[in-house]
Amino acid sequence: MSLDHPVAPAGDVVSTTSPAGATTAPRSTTEVPVPREPRRRTLRHRLSRLDVQLSPYLYISPFFILFLVVGLFPLIYTGYVSVHQWSLIGGQGEFVGLENYRAVFEDRYFWRALRNTFSIFVLSSVPQVCIAMVLAGLLDTQLRGRTFWRMGILVPFVVAPAAVTLIFGNLFGDRYGLVNDALGLVGIDAIAWHVDTFASHIAIASMVNWRWTGYNALILLAAMQAVPRDLYESAAIDGAGKIRQFLSVTVPMIRPTIIFVIITTTIGGLQIFTEARLFDNVGLGGSDRQWQTVTLYLWEIGWRVRNLGMASAVAWLLFLFIVAVALLNLVLTRRIGGGSR
Amino acid sequence: MTRRPGFLVYGLLTAFIIGSTAPLYWSLLVGSHTKDVVTRDVPPLLPGGHFFDNAQRVFETVEFWKALGNSLLVSTVCATSVVFFCTLAGYAFAKLRFRGSAPLMIFVVATLAVPTQLGVIPLFIQMAKLGWTGHLWAIMVPMLVTAFGVFFMRQYLVDAIPDELIEAARVDGCSMIRTFWNVAVPAARPAAAILWLFTFMTVWTDFFWPMIALPATNPTVQIALQQLQSGYYVDYSLVLAGAVLSTIPLLVLFVLTGRQLVAGIMQGAVKG
Repeated sequence: MSLDHPVAPAGDVVSTTSPAGATTAPRSTTEVPVPREPRRRTLRHRLSRLDVQLSPYLYISPFFILFLVVGLFPLIYTGYVSVHQWSLIGGQGEFVGLENYRAVFEDRYFWRALRNTFSIFVLSSVPQVCIAMVLAGLLDTQLRGRTFWRMGILVPFVVAPAAVTLIFGNLFGDRYGLVNDALGLVGIDAIAWHVDTFASHIAIASMVNWRWTGYNALILLAAMQAVPRDLYESAAIDGAGKIRQFLSVTVPMIRPTIIFVIITTTIGGLQIFTEARLFDNVGLGGSDRQWQTVTLYLWEIGWRVRNLGMASAVAWLLFLFIVAVALLNLVLTRRIGGGSR
Repeated sequence: MTRRPGFLVYGLLTAFIIGSTAPLYWSLLVGSHTKDVVTRDVPPLLPGGHFFDNAQRVFETVEFWKALGNSLLVSTVCATSVVFFCTLAGYAFAKLRFRGSAPLMIFVVATLAVPTQLGVIPLFIQMAKLGWTGHLWAIMVPMLVTAFGVFFMRQYLVDAIPDELIEAARVDGCSMIRTFWNVAVPAARPAAAILWLFTFMTVWTDFFWPMIALPATNPTVQIALQQLQSGYYVDYSLVLAGAVLSTIPLLVLFVLTGRQLVAGIMQGAVKG
């Protein structure tokens, strides 16, 4: 960390010598040249010192001030709103303690949303990370036209989730969708993607997978390229095939990056909103909330039911849920990785 | 040269590329035919001649020009602001010594993992009190700085600027801000370009917050898209022509800067 190699002292040295116009004189940290204009020099010296001491805080303060106002404060204030009656129209009401949380826990749609979120998350994150690993492995070879392949798999990333959802909503159409047409060709009956719970989860997960797999593959690829090549050579000498090399050399070597990808995928996957909202033209997650995610539930409570207090309780619970799943993930990946060693 | 890939690798990668682009192509297909295309027994393989008719209908159905202008403005302002403030802060964390720099940096990293979107409710209450809901300010203000930006710039600048260069500038009598301007800013340019690109795309593709904070009459592109399919009957030629239209600006940006985008993702990964 070069935080330990500061340049600030250099500034101090400079301010003791150069203001007197003695730039050509040999510089030394101990020797103090005789000042010709003592008063001006001290003033300049002081200003320079002030500059050195205050500048860092000046540079970081815009970020911290803005971030505190629009990032951290709202997160904490959510807790305050969640223990009050708070309507979208009427504003703050009286303090109700944990009443909003009780209301959330007693709403069966909350539990359904939690189940949907978890199911969509698993369906999207597991295949996504696995496919991204394979894709990165394919790219981690002496390919011709590397840039073409890398850019090619990143195309989905530039399509906004809203557009992705509209396109996939059409592909997964219940009556005339291309996916059902294709299934029909191999003799499978049409699937009611917008009715059946599990089918709708697969459709939504496929949108997430489509948009993010290439992106994650590039992150994994970057880590793979840092693996020393001679490890593969010695593995090959030991008689390991390509797949064996991938499992025994590549995967353990890039474990920290895999964990990073899994954690970011988790944080994103548990907050899926756009895909669920736009999957049909009603936007509430299905007639029986088959694919309503927790974020969509939060929005319905806050802006349809117009109960911001209860919606804030949902936000806090979702936050805790995300932290819990992320930690669980971390423990699991650590253990699995450690066991294979 | 032991790892020259064979036919299998190229075949699989080609399949991936086809899979990555096919949905977009499908969108163009449906968006360039009349609306009965969806119900045909055999789907078309080539684009039809109705794209401009459908695009015309998109512009008549929703305020798409206004939405494009809004998105362009909001994304540009946010990306520029993020680059400016995060380069400043990133430089301070990377190259200057000050009390509390280590704990403050840890704070920045910790907030990376916190989903700040969950603060939408107080943010909305704040904006409503200020009378900003409905105004583009409401969309811009929460995205003027990002913790990721500070982290990203710090990681880059730590190695990109030799300490001697800063010392030399100081010896020449540069003030701190001149040193920043003459030494750090030129060195930060490649990373700043990547950060600008990322932030632009993030703001452009955001849906959740604009949907909450903006009224239907003042939409961003993503909200206009939603309005296209909000009717009782969904006309997919119209909707998917809109999807194509909304993606064109980012596709153009991608063609121009895709290399940097790829490099940026891979770079962030190695260092992160």
